[in-house]
Amino acid sequence: MSELTLLLIRLAFLAVLWFFVIAAVGVIRTDLFGPRTAPAPARKPAKAPRPVSKPKKGEPRQLIVTGGPLQGTIINLTETPITIGRANDATLVLSDDYASSRHARLFPQDGQWIVEDLGSTNGTYLERSKVTRPTPVPLGVPIRIGKTVIELRK
Amino acid sequence: MTAKRRVAQLGMLAFAVLIVMGAYASVGLGINGKVPSGMLGYGLGLGGLMLAAYLVLAKWAPWADPLLLPLVTLINGLGLVMIYRIELAGEDLASAANQLMWTALGVVMFSATLIALKDHRVLQRFTYTAGFAGIALLLLPMLPFIGKEINGARIWVGIGPFSIQPAEFAKLALVVFFAGYLVAKRDVLALAGRRLLFIDLPRARDLGPVLITWGISLGVLVMQKDLGSSLLLFGAFIAMLYIATQRTSWVLIGVLLFVGGAFIAGQIFSHVEARFNVWLNAEDPALYDADGGSFQLMQGMFAMGSGGILGTGLGQGYPYKIPLSFSDFIFTAMGEELGLTGLMAILMVYALIVERGLRTSLAARDPFTKLLAGGLSFILAWQVFIIVGGVTRLIPLTGLVTPFMSAGGSALLANWMLIALLVRMSDAARRPPPQAIQDEGLTQVMQR
Repeated sequence: MSELTLLLIRLAFLAVLWFFVIAAVGVIRTDLFGPRTAPAPARKPAKAPRPVSKPKKGEPRQLIVTGGPLQGTIINLTETPITIGRANDATLVLSDDYASSRHARLFPQDGQWIVEDLGSTNGTYLERSKVTRPTPVPLGVPIRIGKTVIELRK
Repeated sequence: MTAKRRVAQLGMLAFAVLIVMGAYASVGLGINGKVPSGMLGYGLGLGGLMLAAYLVLAKWAPWADPLLLPLVTLINGLGLVMIYRIELAGEDLASAANQLMWTALGVVMFSATLIALKDHRVLQRFTYTAGFAGIALLLLPMLPFIGKEINGARIWVGIGPFSIQPAEFAKLALVVFFAGYLVAKRDVLALAGRRLLFIDLPRARDLGPVLITWGISLGVLVMQKDLGSSLLLFGAFIAMLYIATQRTSWVLIGVLLFVGGAFIAGQIFSHVEARFNVWLNAEDPALYDADGGSFQLMQGMFAMGSGGILGTGLGQGYPYKIPLSFSDFIFTAMGEELGLTGLMAILMVYALIVERGLRTSLAARDPFTKLLAGGLSFILAWQVFIIVGGVTRLIPLTGLVTPFMSAGGSALLANWMLIALLVRMSDAARRPPPQAIQDEGLTQVMQR
């Protein structure tokens, strides 16, 4: 094996190694530098699932308690998450034997409000389904926590 | 970017395996001008393993990050090649076949973790169990019959013909513990407490359990003379505290504690003092020739020096002259044969793995995942820093494996588990949010 061949192999190997690194950076390019300004139309719609654009015009601005002992309470929504439970430091403090001390949490993400059950004993229900994982809350859909029912309103 | 990127993943995986096979061929050509006969076996073995890992990932974590597996494959494969190359040169302790077997077990561990752990948040329930398990694992080698002392460090447990290092698994358990504990306490840690000069002191009772865990693990590690792991755990602890509370003061306190601890350890423990001495006076000829002196460290430096910018080429250097060049000093072996250019590429690959981990942490939706992903990525980065810094004489050398690259079964298994956890979390973080209204027939209905 001649010196020249070995030199070429050596350089080629290093080049390929770096090509791998560059290819890897290419795969995560959008992560590092943000998405391209013009979205590639060729990409299948099924592959871009998260609907970042707001599904409805106008984001929810208020949280209204529509049922239970605190009925009529209104909380204005800001950027901060809302905690619900019997604990004193919760945003909405419930005095309800069916609620846990840290029962559920509502937080904004990408213009949507997400409800998350914090491991409560009796569960959080969005409309009639039990919330098992963080779930987006549409406007006007009741969230049931113990005896309390809350809704997001414009 | 929440697309699955399966094609990219498979492509990068194939690319990584091809690079590794190219490296095998290059080793053979460099040593005796022939493509080694074992190349197809090792290459296909690695390729088959990674294909299996890919299929498991596609089935059980379809939204996982597309890059983690290919990047790890490349590092693991390059390590295999270097061990093979050192074995060919006549080093008895290096065994590429063993390393391939451990890689296979690592992939099995990876798959088992992914299949068994459908939701990583389950781990949060085992916060204190994980803490106790971590400490128990650290203490295991101190037990009389199963504990073994190899190369002056009592960090091994012998089970039949196998020796494992429980500390490698302990660090995973302790990161889970730190994450779970800090999630529960971070508000208190960040807000409560007194302000003394510029530093916010936490209340002792908030910090107690963490400090105790940290103290025990450090004590055990100093007693076992495993300096690398103790530095690793300490760094992980401080980094996670910082991630949880966003307080710079924690980092300051940590660095002060560390400098103080290192100074005191240097005064008290002779083996720590010896490490410092070797680090500071490595070029002293007397120390170079001394038993347990700087011979190994300087050989590593010479190796990297003779590698230069472009390296000697695979199979054409003398990396086997450095003691333990297949485990602790594999990085210098890479430096000799691939040069600075190759080392930078390898460090870039590590950096990309860590970037993916931190990205997962950023994209995660709950604080436990954020802390766990951040902590796991950090210990990977910190481990690379400690060993690379050690062999390049930036910091004192501590015996720690180069993740995925060094020969050593326990570390490979533990690091594959670490990657499985990151993959699991990236799957959860990148998965599109579920539909708001579920099928009513399948869900519980609450009746009034």
